[in-house]
Amino acid sequence: MAVVFTKPHALTDAPFHYCPGCTHGIIHRLVAEVIDELGVEGKTVGVSPVGCAVMNYDYFNCDMVEAPHGRAPAVATGLKRAKPDNVIFTYQGDGDLAAIGTAETVHAATRGENITVIFVNNTIYGMTGGQMAPTSLPGQVTQTTPYGRDVNTAGYPVRVCEMLSTLDGVALAQRVAVDSVKHVNEAKKAIKKAFQNQIDKKGFSIVEVLSTCPTNWGLTPVEALDWLREKMIPYYPLGVYKDEEKGARLK
Amino acid sequence: MAERFLMKGNEALAEAAIQAGCRHFFGYPITPQTELAAYMSKKMPKVGGTYLQAESELAAANMVLGCASAGCRAMTSSSSPGISLKTEAISYMAGSDVPALIINVQRGGPGLGGIQPSQADYWQATKATGHGDFQILVFAPATVQEMVNLVGKAFDLGDKYRMPAMILADGMLGQMMEPVEIPDGSNTELPEKPWATNGHQNKREHNIINSLYLTPQALEKLVRERFERYEIIKKNEQMAEEYLTDDADIIVVAYGASARVSHSAVDSARQQGIKAGLIRPITLWPFPTDTLAKAAEHAKAFLSVEMSMGQMVDDVKLAINCSRPVEFYGRTGGMIPTPDEILQQIIELGGEK
Amino acid sequence: MSTNYNMLLAGFGGQGILFAGKVIAYGGLNDGKEISWLPSYGPEMRGGTANCSVCISDKAIGSPLVTSPDTFIAMNLPSFDKFINDVKPGGTVIVDSFLIDRKVERDDLNVFYVPATKIAEEQGLKGLANIILVGKLFKETGFCTEEALYKAVEKCVPARKANMLDLNKKAIKLGMEQ
Repeated sequence: MAVVFTKPHALTDAPFHYCPGCTHGIIHRLVAEVIDELGVEGKTVGVSPVGCAVMNYDYFNCDMVEAPHGRAPAVATGLKRAKPDNVIFTYQGDGDLAAIGTAETVHAATRGENITVIFVNNTIYGMTGGQMAPTSLPGQVTQTTPYGRDVNTAGYPVRVCEMLSTLDGVALAQRVAVDSVKHVNEAKKAIKKAFQNQIDKKGFSIVEVLSTCPTNWGLTPVEALDWLREKMIPYYPLGVYKDEEKGARLK
Repeated sequence: MAERFLMKGNEALAEAAIQAGCRHFFGYPITPQTELAAYMSKKMPKVGGTYLQAESELAAANMVLGCASAGCRAMTSSSSPGISLKTEAISYMAGSDVPALIINVQRGGPGLGGIQPSQADYWQATKATGHGDFQILVFAPATVQEMVNLVGKAFDLGDKYRMPAMILADGMLGQMMEPVEIPDGSNTELPEKPWATNGHQNKREHNIINSLYLTPQALEKLVRERFERYEIIKKNEQMAEEYLTDDADIIVVAYGASARVSHSAVDSARQQGIKAGLIRPITLWPFPTDTLAKAAEHAKAFLSVEMSMGQMVDDVKLAINCSRPVEFYGRTGGMIPTPDEILQQIIELGGEK
Repeated sequence: MSTNYNMLLAGFGGQGILFAGKVIAYGGLNDGKEISWLPSYGPEMRGGTANCSVCISDKAIGSPLVTSPDTFIAMNLPSFDKFINDVKPGGTVIVDSFLIDRKVERDDLNVFYVPATKIAEEQGLKGLANIILVGKLFKETGFCTEEALYKAVEKCVPARKANMLDLNKKAIKLGMEQ
């Protein structure tokens, strides 16, 4: 019988704890496939965030470090400076990366820290039960915006790729989604590029992956994918926001 | 013997760390530790090391966490308010059994406090360098030479017991110059760290550096194991210096800068015929309980002298099980006690005979 | 004379107070003494007053902070006023009398008035009034040997400023002549 699909080696056999319909699983697989294809598992160290993906140190077969909330880019910086030839990636959610860890994210980016950041944006704090995230959309109902996110009091969402694309240390800032086969394939290409950039010492690479949270959005998995397409993508347009070697604009 | 030369405490700490094999420093500017970071920024590039000025103390300490997780000797330094920010990563390092060196050149607090020397972070260093059940090794040098010696020791013991270590200095020690000899660290052998997350090279199972245990039983077991290790440390690693304690009636207990001042006060008391002595804790955790308990067998009273409102004094009472009166004298906010002030306290205690 | 010294040097930032203290400290160190050197630090360094405690002793030094100096070099009026009453009876005081237009009222001190800043300017040693005062201090107290003092100057002047070395030595000599 022909084998048409196997679990990537860079994933362990531990079953994911993610909710049904959550797209973290897809993104994990894409990252693992890229690690396999580049043949770098043995020199890869991943940094787990605080948030739904907090336990992904059990899922990836490479060495893993669990960082304090928001500090993954700082921890990754330490790992990278320790062993510059290792491949270091962080895997962070929107609260981790764009709220508590904004400083660490922006400064790792502007330093051109040669790391890869996988940024999972699902507009909500999943792990703690569905509170407003820095990326929650205007009007979005969450546990802590029960009347919808009021931009007059809660402010506006953060567009991370657009913001980081202004920084000279950034090599790649690209937003992708995992709502369709086509988008999943594009997402994988972007993730692979973000890893390859690191191997080529091009600088800080971030791939923002628009993701779903059916449980906390109160939608079925299929409805959640529709919501991602209809609500998120218009606010967070997919595309490449920066793609050049760090410092290229200064040359 | 190497030539003795004058060096600022802050710079001596930095050079000693380099000689101890540290090649990664992550910092953030703050007075009065600034010279340490400045020295590192000058020296690290020359020895192929990393000096990185982080965006905050939080980030700096977490860079240390990452770097130390990869098995490197990594360090950060700060002064009191900055250490408060670093406690996040220190707790994570303790909870992940990751060794690293943190230097606190203390200044007055709370809040922004002041910038003059202080010892008001004793509680923070020895009881709560972050949330959770844990200890870190805490060393309290009293001379610039001892700063040098203890940096190597802190790295070594941190590696041995897989835990963070702190040098608890203060603005006086950091800013002053004294003659030092710096050991040549070219032969320093760094220990193997099979637990490090430095890439498994397809030769072993993946390593995980982690402090999250959602099963309470598992977390309790781990914390208990860690505390068993702490008991071994308490048994083996206490350090204290005794000065004229053999026949002393009054024993001053002081560390760091206040121990220097107390030393002068004890000399003056002896000149006046008062049998005074000094116990100077060199490790604050583990606290040198054994030395104090032994001294309590013959001493009549103890006087804890600190540049704080009285923090170590509690540990002195515990160490001797309150078997003798324990008095306290301190200045705070950046004030340094004078030998005469301490002498006065000794005389008052001596008068109770 | 005692071989132990608790010295205080004080003046404006930029007068080389800390540098003079370092030269003195190295002088003691070169003679094999125990030494401590403690600067004032913080915002007051930047334009305000600067001071520096130097201890030289045969034994380990207790507090490096000198609050009752036996030796005091004053290079500006605010420092003079601030510290003159802290000097121990019998202590040595050296005053830059070009900058401090005031006499010591106490009669229990050995006071020496040296217009060091003026001398420095006249002799082409601008900025080396501090070292002239160190030379004077050496003459009056002999806090170290002469050889140790010159070695100290050599140690403290950075190699890249080699031309400054002779000027510093000249300043020491001038101080000794006062």
